[in-house]
Amino acid sequence: MIVAKGLTKHYGSKLAVDRLSFDVRPGVVTGFLGPNGSGKSTTMRMIMGLDAPNAGDVTVNGRHYHDLPWPLHEVGALLEAKAIHPGRRAAAHLRMLAEANRIAARRVDEVLEIVGLSSVAGQRAGKFSLGMSQRLGIAAALLGDPEVLLFDEPVNGLDPDGIRWVRNLLKGLAREGRTVFVSSHLMSEMAVTADEVVIIGKGRLISQIPIDELLAQSSQRFVRVRSPEIARLKEALEGGGATTVLEDDGSLSVRGTDEAAIGELAASLPVVLHLLAPQSASLEEAFMELTEDSVEYHGSSGAGSGTSRVSGA
Amino acid sequence: MSTSTSSPRMGTKELPPGHYGMPGLLRSEWTKLRTVRSTVWTLAVTVVLGIGISALATAETRAHWTPSNAVGFDPISTSLIGIFVGQFTIGVLGVLAMSAEYGTGTIRATFSVAPRRPLVLAAKAVVFGTVALVVSEVVAFLSFLLGQALLSAPAIHATLSSPGALRAVAGSGLYLCLLGLVALGLATLIRHTAGAISAYVGILLVLPIIVQALPYSISIDIRRFLPDRIGAAIITLNNNAHSFAPWTGMLVLLGYAAALLVIGGVLLVRRDA
Repeated sequence: MIVAKGLTKHYGSKLAVDRLSFDVRPGVVTGFLGPNGSGKSTTMRMIMGLDAPNAGDVTVNGRHYHDLPWPLHEVGALLEAKAIHPGRRAAAHLRMLAEANRIAARRVDEVLEIVGLSSVAGQRAGKFSLGMSQRLGIAAALLGDPEVLLFDEPVNGLDPDGIRWVRNLLKGLAREGRTVFVSSHLMSEMAVTADEVVIIGKGRLISQIPIDELLAQSSQRFVRVRSPEIARLKEALEGGGATTVLEDDGSLSVRGTDEAAIGELAASLPVVLHLLAPQSASLEEAFMELTEDSVEYHGSSGAGSGTSRVSGA
Repeated sequence: MSTSTSSPRMGTKELPPGHYGMPGLLRSEWTKLRTVRSTVWTLAVTVVLGIGISALATAETRAHWTPSNAVGFDPISTSLIGIFVGQFTIGVLGVLAMSAEYGTGTIRATFSVAPRRPLVLAAKAVVFGTVALVVSEVVAFLSFLLGQALLSAPAIHATLSSPGALRAVAGSGLYLCLLGLVALGLATLIRHTAGAISAYVGILLVLPIIVQALPYSISIDIRRFLPDRIGAAIITLNNNAHSFAPWTGMLVLLGYAAALLVIGGVLLVRRDA
Protein backbone atom coordinates (compact mmCIF):
# COMPACT_ATOMS: atom_id res chain seq x y z
CA MET A 1 0.00 0.00 0.00
CA ILE A 2 1.35 3.40 -1.00
CA VAL A 3 -0.43 6.52 0.23
CA ALA A 4 0.49 9.98 -1.07
CA LYS A 5 -1.09 13.06 0.46
CA GLY A 6 -0.59 16.50 -0.99
CA LEU A 7 2.86 15.69 -2.35
CA THR A 8 4.54 18.84 -3.64
CA LYS A 9 7.99 19.29 -5.10
CA HIS A 10 9.58 22.25 -6.77
CA TYR A 11 13.00 22.62 -8.27
CA GLY A 12 13.83 26.27 -8.01
CA SER A 13 10.78 28.10 -9.30
CA LYS A 14 9.58 25.15 -11.36
CA LEU A 15 6.76 23.18 -9.81
CA ALA A 16 7.35 19.52 -10.63
CA VAL A 17 4.68 17.91 -8.46
CA ASP A 18 1.70 19.85 -7.21
CA ARG A 19 -0.40 18.68 -4.22
CA LEU A 20 -0.57 15.15 -5.53
CA SER A 21 -2.70 12.67 -3.58
CA PHE A 22 -3.41 9.07 -4.52
CA ASP A 23 -3.22 5.61 -3.09
CA VAL A 24 -1.90 2.42 -4.61
CA ARG A 25 -3.61 -0.70 -3.28
CA PRO A 26 -2.27 -4.22 -3.03
CA GLY A 27 -3.53 -6.95 -5.33
CA VAL A 28 -3.85 -4.86 -8.47
CA VAL A 29 -1.52 -3.33 -11.01
CA THR A 30 -1.78 0.44 -10.74
CA GLY A 31 -0.57 2.36 -13.75
CA PHE A 32 0.99 5.79 -13.38
CA LEU A 33 0.28 7.77 -16.52
CA GLY A 34 1.31 11.19 -17.59
CA PRO A 35 2.99 12.99 -20.46
CA ASN A 36 6.76 13.39 -20.38
CA GLY A 37 7.84 15.87 -17.73
CA SER A 38 4.60 15.55 -15.79
CA GLY A 39 6.33 14.50 -12.56
CA LYS A 40 6.08 10.70 -12.61
CA SER A 41 9.74 10.01 -11.92
CA THR A 42 9.94 12.77 -9.33
CA THR A 43 6.95 11.24 -7.55
CA MET A 44 8.56 7.82 -7.60
CA ARG A 45 11.78 9.24 -6.16
CA MET A 46 9.76 10.86 -3.37
CA ILE A 47 8.09 7.53 -2.58
CA MET A 48 11.58 6.00 -2.32
CA GLY A 49 12.80 8.78 -0.03
CA LEU A 50 15.40 9.88 -2.59
CA ASP A 51 13.93 13.33 -3.13
CA ALA A 52 12.38 15.15 -0.20
CA PRO A 53 8.95 16.68 -0.85
CA ASN A 54 8.57 20.40 -0.13
CA ALA A 55 5.13 19.68 1.25
CA GLY A 56 2.88 16.70 1.75
CA ASP A 57 3.68 13.19 2.72
CA VAL A 58 3.99 9.72 1.28
CA THR A 59 4.10 6.39 3.12
CA VAL A 60 4.74 2.81 2.12
CA ASN A 61 2.87 0.22 4.18
CA GLY A 62 2.17 2.97 6.70
CA ARG A 63 5.76 4.10 7.13
CA HIS A 64 8.02 6.70 5.64
CA TYR A 65 10.57 5.01 3.41
CA HIS A 66 13.38 6.33 5.61
CA ASP A 67 12.01 4.41 8.58
CA LEU A 68 11.73 0.99 6.92
CA PRO A 69 13.84 -1.48 8.92
CA TRP A 70 14.68 -3.62 5.85
CA PRO A 71 13.92 -1.49 2.77
CA LEU A 72 14.83 -4.11 0.18
CA HIS A 73 12.64 -6.73 1.84
CA GLU A 74 9.70 -4.33 1.80
CA VAL A 75 9.99 -2.26 -1.37
CA GLY A 76 11.57 -3.16 -4.69
CA ALA A 77 12.09 -0.56 -7.36
CA LEU A 78 13.32 -0.14 -10.88
CA LEU A 79 13.90 3.58 -11.31
CA GLU A 80 16.47 3.95 -14.08
CA ALA A 81 17.64 0.91 -16.00
CA LYS A 82 20.98 2.44 -16.92
CA ALA A 83 21.89 3.39 -13.34
CA ILE A 84 24.47 0.63 -13.07
CA HIS A 85 28.26 0.92 -12.88
CA PRO A 86 29.32 -0.15 -16.39
CA GLY A 87 32.45 -1.87 -15.11
CA ARG A 88 30.69 -4.03 -12.54
CA ARG A 89 29.47 -7.50 -13.38
CA ALA A 90 25.71 -8.10 -13.18
CA ALA A 91 25.91 -10.57 -10.30
CA ALA A 92 28.21 -8.25 -8.32
CA HIS A 93 25.75 -5.38 -8.77
CA LEU A 94 22.99 -7.49 -7.24
CA ARG A 95 25.27 -8.92 -4.55
CA MET A 96 26.25 -5.49 -3.22
CA LEU A 97 22.56 -4.58 -2.89
CA ALA A 98 21.65 -7.92 -1.31
CA GLU A 99 24.43 -7.75 1.27
CA ALA A 100 23.29 -4.38 2.59
CA ASN A 101 19.94 -5.94 3.55
CA ARG A 102 21.18 -9.36 4.65
CA ILE A 103 19.82 -11.21 1.64
CA ALA A 104 21.44 -14.58 0.94
CA ALA A 105 23.78 -14.88 -2.04
CA ARG A 106 21.68 -17.66 -3.56
CA ARG A 107 18.81 -15.18 -3.98
CA VAL A 108 21.01 -13.30 -6.45
CA ASP A 109 21.17 -16.43 -8.61
CA GLU A 110 17.41 -16.91 -8.23
CA VAL A 111 16.46 -13.44 -9.45
CA LEU A 112 18.95 -13.65 -12.33
CA GLU A 113 17.19 -16.87 -13.30
CA ILE A 114 13.75 -15.23 -13.03
CA VAL A 115 14.70 -12.38 -15.38
CA GLY A 116 16.61 -14.67 -17.74
CA LEU A 117 20.08 -13.22 -17.21
CA SER A 118 21.78 -16.27 -15.64
CA SER A 119 23.98 -16.81 -18.67
CA VAL A 120 25.36 -13.25 -18.54
CA ALA A 121 25.66 -12.97 -14.74
CA GLY A 122 29.43 -12.64 -15.06
CA GLN A 123 29.36 -9.97 -17.75
CA ARG A 124 30.04 -6.31 -17.09
CA ALA A 125 26.83 -4.29 -17.08
CA GLY A 126 28.30 -1.74 -19.47
CA LYS A 127 28.01 -4.33 -22.22
CA PHE A 128 24.26 -4.77 -21.65
CA SER A 129 21.61 -3.57 -24.06
CA LEU A 130 18.86 -1.35 -22.68
CA GLY A 131 16.59 -4.39 -22.57
CA MET A 132 19.11 -6.40 -20.55
CA SER A 133 19.64 -3.45 -18.21
CA GLN A 134 15.87 -3.31 -17.67
CA ARG A 135 15.90 -6.99 -16.76
CA LEU A 136 18.80 -6.45 -14.36
CA GLY A 137 16.90 -3.56 -12.77
CA ILE A 138 13.84 -5.78 -12.39
CA ALA A 139 16.05 -8.47 -10.83
CA ALA A 140 17.23 -5.90 -8.28
CA ALA A 141 13.62 -4.96 -7.49
CA LEU A 142 12.75 -8.62 -6.85
CA LEU A 143 15.80 -9.34 -4.64
CA GLY A 144 14.06 -8.92 -1.30
CA ASP A 145 10.80 -10.58 -2.39
CA PRO A 146 9.04 -7.31 -1.44
CA GLU A 147 5.33 -6.65 -1.06
CA VAL A 148 5.55 -3.28 -2.74
CA LEU A 149 7.05 -2.85 -6.19
CA LEU A 150 7.70 0.29 -8.22
CA PHE A 151 8.66 0.25 -11.86
CA ASP A 152 9.50 3.40 -13.81
CA GLU A 153 8.93 2.71 -17.52
CA PRO A 154 9.91 -0.98 -17.28
CA VAL A 155 9.18 -1.92 -20.89
CA ASN A 156 11.43 0.75 -22.39
CA GLY A 157 13.86 -0.90 -24.74
CA LEU A 158 12.31 -4.34 -24.54
CA ASP A 159 11.36 -6.38 -27.59
CA PRO A 160 7.77 -7.68 -27.96
CA ASP A 161 8.65 -10.88 -26.13
CA GLY A 162 10.18 -8.88 -23.32
CA ILE A 163 7.16 -6.60 -23.13
CA ARG A 164 4.84 -9.59 -22.83
CA TRP A 165 7.11 -11.03 -20.18
CA VAL A 166 7.06 -7.83 -18.08
CA ARG A 167 3.28 -7.60 -18.47
CA ASN A 168 2.79 -11.12 -17.16
CA LEU A 169 5.31 -10.59 -14.40
CA LEU A 170 3.51 -7.45 -13.17
CA LYS A 171 0.12 -9.15 -13.28
CA GLY A 172 1.52 -12.20 -11.51
CA LEU A 173 3.04 -10.05 -8.76
CA ALA A 174 -0.28 -8.28 -8.27
CA ARG A 175 -2.17 -11.60 -8.19
CA GLU A 176 0.07 -12.68 -5.33
CA GLY A 177 -1.34 -9.74 -3.41
CA ARG A 178 1.54 -7.36 -3.89
CA THR A 179 1.27 -3.65 -4.47
CA VAL A 180 2.43 -2.93 -8.02
CA PHE A 181 2.91 0.65 -9.20
CA VAL A 182 4.14 1.06 -12.75
CA SER A 183 4.68 4.25 -14.71
CA SER A 184 4.44 4.40 -18.45
CA HIS A 185 3.78 6.81 -21.24
CA LEU A 186 2.54 3.90 -23.33
CA MET A 187 -1.22 4.05 -22.81
CA SER A 188 -1.81 1.02 -24.95
CA GLU A 189 0.51 -0.93 -22.67
CA MET A 190 -1.36 0.21 -19.57
CA ALA A 191 -4.68 -0.77 -21.15
CA VAL A 192 -3.62 -4.40 -21.14
CA THR A 193 -1.51 -4.37 -17.97
CA ALA A 194 -3.05 -2.05 -15.40
CA ASP A 195 -6.29 -2.51 -13.51
CA GLU A 196 -6.34 1.05 -12.34
CA VAL A 197 -4.53 4.22 -13.37
CA VAL A 198 -3.32 7.33 -11.63
CA ILE A 199 -3.19 10.03 -14.28
CA ILE A 200 -1.18 13.18 -13.79
CA GLY A 201 -0.40 16.22 -15.89
CA LYS A 202 1.94 19.06 -14.95
CA GLY A 203 2.45 17.40 -11.58
CA ARG A 204 -1.24 17.52 -10.73
CA LEU A 205 -3.62 14.61 -10.27
CA ILE A 206 -6.05 14.46 -13.14
CA SER A 207 -7.77 11.26 -12.18
CA GLN A 208 -7.40 8.01 -10.31
CA ILE A 209 -9.73 5.61 -11.98
CA PRO A 210 -10.18 1.94 -12.95
CA ILE A 211 -9.19 1.38 -16.58
CA ASP A 212 -12.65 0.16 -17.64
CA GLU A 213 -14.27 3.26 -16.22
CA LEU A 214 -11.76 5.49 -17.92
CA LEU A 215 -12.67 3.96 -21.25
CA ALA A 216 -16.41 3.99 -20.59
CA GLN A 217 -16.41 7.55 -19.33
CA SER A 218 -14.68 9.00 -22.29
CA SER A 219 -16.72 11.34 -24.43
CA GLN A 220 -14.90 9.84 -27.37
CA ARG A 221 -17.48 7.03 -27.40
CA PHE A 222 -19.34 7.10 -30.68
CA VAL A 223 -21.28 4.92 -33.08
CA ARG A 224 -20.21 4.27 -36.62
CA VAL A 225 -23.00 4.02 -39.16
CA ARG A 226 -23.16 3.13 -42.87
CA SER A 227 -26.22 3.43 -44.99
CA PRO A 228 -27.09 3.89 -48.70
CA GLU A 229 -29.19 6.89 -47.60
CA ILE A 230 -26.67 8.44 -45.28
CA ALA A 231 -27.74 12.03 -45.90
CA ARG A 232 -31.32 11.37 -44.83
CA LEU A 233 -30.18 9.54 -41.73
CA LYS A 234 -27.74 12.31 -40.86
CA GLU A 235 -30.49 14.91 -41.05
CA ALA A 236 -32.81 12.85 -38.86
CA LEU A 237 -30.11 12.18 -36.27
CA GLU A 238 -29.19 15.84 -36.02
CA GLY A 239 -32.85 16.69 -35.72
CA GLY A 240 -32.88 14.39 -32.69
CA GLY A 241 -30.01 16.27 -31.06
CA ALA A 242 -27.06 14.00 -31.94
CA THR A 243 -23.84 15.32 -33.40
CA THR A 244 -22.55 13.64 -36.53
CA VAL A 245 -19.43 13.73 -38.62
CA LEU A 246 -19.35 12.41 -42.15
CA GLU A 247 -16.04 10.58 -42.49
CA ASP A 248 -13.91 10.41 -45.63
CA ASP A 249 -14.83 6.78 -46.19
CA GLY A 250 -18.53 7.66 -46.35
CA SER A 251 -19.40 6.38 -42.90
CA LEU A 252 -21.01 8.55 -40.28
CA SER A 253 -19.64 8.98 -36.75
CA VAL A 254 -22.47 9.69 -34.35
CA ARG A 255 -22.08 11.08 -30.86
CA GLY A 256 -24.69 11.94 -28.23
CA THR A 257 -26.90 8.91 -28.71
CA ASP A 258 -26.47 5.14 -28.66
CA GLU A 259 -26.74 2.28 -31.14
CA ALA A 260 -30.20 1.22 -29.97
CA ALA A 261 -31.68 4.67 -30.57
CA ILE A 262 -30.01 4.94 -33.97
CA GLY A 263 -31.38 1.53 -35.02
CA GLU A 264 -34.89 2.45 -33.97
CA LEU A 265 -34.69 5.80 -35.72
CA ALA A 266 -33.50 4.10 -38.94
CA ALA A 267 -36.40 1.61 -38.77
CA SER A 268 -38.93 4.39 -38.31
CA LEU A 269 -37.74 6.40 -41.32
CA PRO A 270 -37.21 3.75 -42.81
CA VAL A 271 -33.58 3.72 -43.84
CA VAL A 272 -31.50 0.62 -44.51
CA LEU A 273 -28.38 0.28 -42.34
CA HIS A 274 -25.24 -1.46 -43.59
CA LEU A 275 -23.26 -0.89 -40.42
CA LEU A 276 -24.14 -0.01 -36.84
CA ALA A 277 -21.03 -0.30 -34.70
CA PRO A 278 -20.39 1.24 -31.29
CA GLN A 279 -16.77 2.36 -31.00
CA SER A 280 -14.98 2.88 -27.75
CA ALA A 281 -12.05 5.20 -27.67
CA SER A 282 -8.65 3.71 -27.15
CA LEU A 283 -7.01 4.45 -23.85
CA GLU A 284 -4.63 6.58 -25.85
CA GLU A 285 -7.47 8.82 -26.97
CA ALA A 286 -9.06 8.91 -23.55
CA PHE A 287 -5.72 9.88 -22.09
CA MET A 288 -5.10 12.59 -24.65
CA GLU A 289 -8.47 14.03 -23.91
CA LEU A 290 -7.81 14.12 -20.18
CA THR A 291 -4.36 15.60 -20.38
CA GLU A 292 -4.97 17.94 -23.28
CA ASP A 293 -4.68 21.01 -21.14
CA SER A 294 -1.77 19.88 -19.06
CA VAL A 295 0.82 18.81 -21.54
CA GLU A 296 4.13 20.40 -20.71
CA TYR A 297 5.79 20.39 -24.09
CA HIS A 298 3.76 20.89 -27.22
CA GLY A 299 5.31 20.22 -30.58
CA SER A 300 4.67 23.04 -33.01
CA SER A 301 3.19 20.77 -35.68
CA GLY A 302 0.48 19.46 -33.39
CA ALA A 303 -1.11 22.81 -32.73
CA GLY A 304 -4.50 22.41 -31.11
CA SER A 305 -4.52 18.66 -31.01
CA GLY A 306 -2.28 18.27 -27.99
CA THR A 307 -1.09 14.99 -29.38
CA SER A 308 2.33 15.92 -30.60
CA ARG A 309 5.01 16.27 -28.00
CA VAL A 310 8.71 16.37 -27.69
CA SER A 311 10.48 14.61 -24.88
CA GLY A 312 10.63 16.30 -21.55
CA ALA A 313 12.94 15.68 -18.66
CA MET B 1 -12.05 -4.15 -10.83
CA SER B 2 -10.98 -7.07 -12.94
CA THR B 3 -8.58 -8.55 -10.43
CA SER B 4 -9.37 -10.00 -7.06
CA THR B 5 -8.63 -7.63 -4.23
CA SER B 6 -7.89 -10.42 -1.79
CA SER B 7 -4.31 -10.21 -0.61
CA PRO B 8 -2.88 -13.60 0.23
CA ARG B 9 0.58 -12.20 0.94
CA MET B 10 -0.13 -8.78 2.34
CA GLY B 11 1.23 -8.45 5.84
CA THR B 12 2.37 -12.05 5.96
CA LYS B 13 5.96 -11.48 4.98
CA GLU B 14 8.45 -12.20 7.72
CA LEU B 15 11.25 -9.70 8.02
CA PRO B 16 14.61 -10.51 9.58
CA PRO B 17 14.86 -9.36 13.21
CA GLY B 18 16.14 -5.86 13.91
CA HIS B 19 17.01 -3.63 11.01
CA TYR B 20 19.68 -3.14 8.38
CA GLY B 21 22.89 -1.65 9.67
CA MET B 22 26.64 -1.40 9.74
CA PRO B 23 27.65 -5.08 9.28
CA GLY B 24 25.65 -5.43 6.07
CA LEU B 25 26.73 -2.03 4.78
CA LEU B 26 30.40 -2.84 5.39
CA ARG B 27 30.07 -6.03 3.35
CA SER B 28 28.18 -4.17 0.65
CA GLU B 29 30.78 -1.40 0.43
CA TRP B 30 33.58 -3.96 0.34
CA THR B 31 31.87 -5.73 -2.57
CA LYS B 32 31.35 -2.38 -4.28
CA LEU B 33 34.98 -1.38 -3.94
CA ARG B 34 36.54 -4.61 -5.15
CA THR B 35 34.19 -5.30 -8.06
CA VAL B 36 35.26 -2.36 -10.23
CA ARG B 37 38.46 -2.24 -12.19
CA SER B 38 39.33 1.32 -11.21
CA THR B 39 40.06 0.10 -7.66
CA VAL B 40 42.43 -2.58 -8.83
CA TRP B 41 44.19 -0.19 -11.19
CA THR B 42 44.59 2.73 -8.80
CA LEU B 43 45.88 0.45 -6.06
CA ALA B 44 48.25 -1.34 -8.43
CA VAL B 45 49.61 2.00 -9.63
CA THR B 46 49.95 3.18 -6.02
CA VAL B 47 52.04 0.14 -5.12
CA VAL B 48 54.14 -0.02 -8.28
CA LEU B 49 54.83 3.70 -8.59
CA GLY B 50 55.18 4.24 -4.85
CA ILE B 51 57.78 1.54 -4.37
CA GLY B 52 59.29 2.05 -7.83
CA ILE B 53 60.01 5.76 -7.39
CA SER B 54 61.48 5.11 -3.94
CA ALA B 55 63.73 2.40 -5.35
CA LEU B 56 64.80 4.66 -8.20
CA ALA B 57 65.65 7.53 -5.85
CA THR B 58 67.71 5.40 -3.50
CA ALA B 59 69.51 3.51 -6.27
CA GLU B 60 70.37 6.80 -7.93
CA THR B 61 71.71 8.24 -4.68
CA ARG B 62 73.88 5.18 -4.12
CA ALA B 63 75.19 5.21 -7.69
CA HIS B 64 76.49 8.76 -7.35
CA TRP B 65 77.54 8.52 -3.73
CA THR B 66 80.46 10.66 -2.56
CA PRO B 67 81.52 11.11 1.06
CA SER B 68 80.25 14.69 0.96
CA ASN B 69 76.71 13.35 0.45
CA ALA B 70 76.72 12.10 4.00
CA VAL B 71 76.35 15.62 5.41
CA GLY B 72 72.71 16.04 6.37
CA PHE B 73 71.69 12.95 4.35
CA ASP B 74 68.38 11.44 5.47
CA PRO B 75 68.19 7.87 4.21
CA ILE B 76 64.69 7.45 5.63
CA SER B 77 62.90 10.22 3.73
CA THR B 78 64.89 9.41 0.59
CA SER B 79 63.45 5.89 0.61
CA LEU B 80 59.89 7.23 1.18
CA ILE B 81 59.84 9.63 -1.75
CA GLY B 82 57.31 7.41 -3.55
CA ILE B 83 54.71 8.39 -0.97
CA PHE B 84 54.37 11.73 -2.75
CA VAL B 85 53.33 9.96 -5.91
CA GLY B 86 50.99 7.66 -3.99
CA GLN B 87 49.04 10.61 -2.61
CA PHE B 88 47.62 11.27 -6.06
CA THR B 89 46.60 7.71 -6.89
CA ILE B 90 45.09 7.08 -3.45
CA GLY B 91 43.24 10.41 -3.82
CA VAL B 92 41.77 9.33 -7.14
CA LEU B 93 40.50 6.13 -5.55
CA GLY B 94 39.01 8.05 -2.63
CA VAL B 95 37.18 10.37 -5.03
CA LEU B 96 35.93 7.53 -7.24
CA ALA B 97 34.62 5.54 -4.27
CA MET B 98 31.91 8.21 -3.98
CA SER B 99 31.76 10.11 -7.28
CA ALA B 100 31.35 6.94 -9.37
CA GLU B 101 28.09 6.31 -7.52
CA TYR B 102 26.80 9.68 -8.61
CA GLY B 103 28.27 9.41 -12.10
CA THR B 104 26.61 6.07 -12.79
CA GLY B 105 23.41 6.68 -10.80
CA THR B 106 23.98 3.72 -8.48
CA ILE B 107 23.76 6.19 -5.59
CA ARG B 108 19.96 5.93 -5.85
CA ALA B 109 20.08 2.15 -5.58
CA THR B 110 22.46 2.54 -2.64
CA PHE B 111 20.16 4.94 -0.79
CA SER B 112 17.10 2.85 -1.64
CA VAL B 113 18.72 -0.10 0.07
CA ALA B 114 19.95 1.98 3.00
CA PRO B 115 18.06 5.26 3.35
CA ARG B 116 20.08 6.41 6.37
CA ARG B 117 22.72 8.11 4.27
CA PRO B 118 25.32 9.08 6.90
CA LEU B 119 25.51 5.39 7.82
CA VAL B 120 26.33 4.57 4.20
CA LEU B 121 29.05 7.23 4.17
CA ALA B 122 30.46 5.89 7.43
CA ALA B 123 30.60 2.36 6.01
CA LYS B 124 32.27 3.67 2.87
CA ALA B 125 34.84 5.60 4.91
CA VAL B 126 35.64 2.56 7.08
CA VAL B 127 36.00 0.18 4.12
CA PHE B 128 37.93 2.57 1.90
CA GLY B 129 40.00 3.85 4.83
CA THR B 130 41.00 0.31 5.83
CA VAL B 131 41.96 -0.65 2.28
CA ALA B 132 43.86 2.61 1.83
CA LEU B 133 45.69 2.17 5.14
CA VAL B 134 46.75 -1.41 4.41
CA VAL B 135 47.97 -0.59 0.91
CA SER B 136 49.70 2.62 2.06
CA GLU B 137 51.52 0.87 4.89
CA VAL B 138 52.61 -1.88 2.51
CA VAL B 139 53.97 0.77 0.14
CA ALA B 140 55.70 2.62 2.98
CA PHE B 141 57.34 -0.42 4.57
CA LEU B 142 58.39 -2.04 1.28
CA SER B 143 59.73 1.28 0.00
CA PHE B 144 61.74 1.69 3.17
CA LEU B 145 63.10 -1.86 3.27
CA LEU B 146 63.94 -1.94 -0.44
CA GLY B 147 65.41 1.56 -0.32
CA GLN B 148 67.66 0.81 2.65
CA ALA B 149 68.86 -2.39 0.98
CA LEU B 150 69.77 -0.37 -2.11
CA LEU B 151 71.67 2.19 0.01
CA SER B 152 74.52 -0.24 0.53
CA ALA B 153 77.89 0.84 1.95
CA PRO B 154 79.57 3.24 1.62
CA ALA B 155 76.21 5.06 1.55
CA ILE B 156 74.51 5.62 4.87
CA HIS B 157 71.41 3.57 5.48
CA ALA B 158 68.91 3.22 8.30
CA THR B 159 67.00 0.35 9.89
CA LEU B 160 63.52 0.34 11.39
CA SER B 161 65.14 0.65 14.80
CA SER B 162 67.01 3.81 13.80
CA PRO B 163 65.75 6.88 15.68
CA GLY B 164 62.58 8.19 14.07
CA ALA B 165 62.49 5.53 11.34
CA LEU B 166 59.42 3.64 12.47
CA ARG B 167 57.57 6.93 12.98
CA ALA B 168 58.42 8.10 9.50
CA VAL B 169 57.51 4.82 7.81
CA ALA B 170 54.29 4.02 9.66
CA GLY B 171 53.38 7.72 9.70
CA SER B 172 53.73 8.13 5.94
CA GLY B 173 51.35 5.22 5.39
CA LEU B 174 48.84 6.85 7.72
CA TYR B 175 49.38 10.17 5.91
CA LEU B 176 48.35 8.56 2.61
CA CYS B 177 45.28 6.96 4.15
CA LEU B 178 44.13 10.26 5.69
CA LEU B 179 44.61 12.04 2.36
CA GLY B 180 42.43 9.35 0.77
CA LEU B 181 39.70 10.12 3.31
CA VAL B 182 40.06 13.85 2.53
CA ALA B 183 39.46 12.92 -1.12
CA LEU B 184 36.40 10.83 -0.17
CA GLY B 185 35.05 13.79 1.80
CA LEU B 186 35.63 16.19 -1.09
CA ALA B 187 33.84 13.82 -3.49
CA THR B 188 30.87 13.63 -1.11
CA LEU B 189 30.60 17.41 -1.18
CA ILE B 190 31.26 17.89 -4.90
CA ARG B 191 29.69 14.69 -6.30
CA HIS B 192 31.50 14.96 -9.65
CA THR B 193 34.67 13.02 -10.41
CA ALA B 194 36.46 15.75 -12.35
CA GLY B 195 35.51 18.49 -9.92
CA ALA B 196 36.52 16.51 -6.85
CA ILE B 197 39.87 15.43 -8.33
CA SER B 198 40.58 19.04 -9.34
CA ALA B 199 39.85 20.25 -5.83
CA TYR B 200 42.04 17.53 -4.34
CA VAL B 201 44.99 18.21 -6.63
CA GLY B 202 44.47 21.92 -6.07
CA ILE B 203 44.82 21.50 -2.33
CA LEU B 204 48.02 19.48 -2.72
CA LEU B 205 49.72 21.41 -5.50
CA VAL B 206 48.13 24.81 -6.08
CA LEU B 207 47.36 25.88 -2.54
CA PRO B 208 51.06 25.72 -1.50
CA ILE B 209 51.96 27.98 -4.43
CA ILE B 210 49.32 30.50 -3.45
CA VAL B 211 50.47 30.47 0.16
CA GLN B 212 54.05 30.86 -1.00
CA ALA B 213 53.07 34.00 -2.88
CA LEU B 214 51.72 35.64 0.28
CA PRO B 215 53.97 37.96 2.31
CA TYR B 216 56.41 35.90 4.33
CA SER B 217 55.05 37.16 7.66
CA ILE B 218 51.68 35.67 6.80
CA SER B 219 52.70 32.55 4.89
CA ILE B 220 55.05 31.39 7.64
CA ASP B 221 52.08 30.85 9.97
CA ILE B 222 49.78 29.35 7.37
CA ARG B 223 52.09 26.88 5.68
CA ARG B 224 52.07 24.43 8.56
CA PHE B 225 48.35 23.84 7.98
CA LEU B 226 48.88 22.64 4.41
CA PRO B 227 48.61 18.85 3.93
CA ASP B 228 51.89 18.64 2.01
CA ARG B 229 53.66 20.34 4.92
CA ILE B 230 52.08 17.91 7.36
CA GLY B 231 53.29 15.03 5.18
CA ALA B 232 56.81 16.43 5.03
CA ALA B 233 56.87 16.77 8.80
CA ILE B 234 56.12 13.09 9.42
CA ILE B 235 58.48 11.78 6.76
CA THR B 236 61.57 13.89 7.34
CA LEU B 237 63.66 13.71 10.49
CA ASN B 238 65.06 17.22 10.71
CA ASN B 239 61.79 18.87 11.49
CA ASN B 240 61.18 22.34 10.14
CA ALA B 241 60.57 24.81 12.96
CA HIS B 242 57.57 26.20 11.10
CA SER B 243 55.78 22.85 10.80
CA PHE B 244 53.58 21.04 13.24
CA ALA B 245 55.22 18.27 15.26
CA PRO B 246 54.77 15.01 13.29
CA TRP B 247 51.85 13.54 15.22
CA THR B 248 50.23 16.90 15.84
CA GLY B 249 50.19 17.31 12.07
CA MET B 250 48.53 13.91 11.69
CA LEU B 251 45.81 15.01 14.10
CA VAL B 252 45.24 18.18 12.08
CA LEU B 253 44.96 16.10 8.89
CA LEU B 254 42.57 13.70 10.64
CA GLY B 255 40.57 16.77 11.60
CA TYR B 256 40.36 17.87 7.96
CA ALA B 257 39.16 14.44 6.85
CA ALA B 258 36.64 14.21 9.70
CA ALA B 259 35.30 17.72 9.04
CA LEU B 260 34.86 17.07 5.33
CA LEU B 261 33.12 13.74 6.00
CA VAL B 262 30.79 15.24 8.62
CA ILE B 263 29.84 18.13 6.32
CA GLY B 264 29.45 15.58 3.51
CA GLY B 265 27.15 13.50 5.70
CA VAL B 266 24.99 16.52 6.52
CA LEU B 267 24.75 17.47 2.85
CA LEU B 268 23.87 13.89 1.89
CA VAL B 269 20.81 14.16 4.12
CA ARG B 270 19.86 17.61 2.91
CA ARG B 271 20.29 17.15 -0.80
CA ASP B 272 18.14 15.05 -3.08
CA ALA B 273 19.91 11.96 -4.31
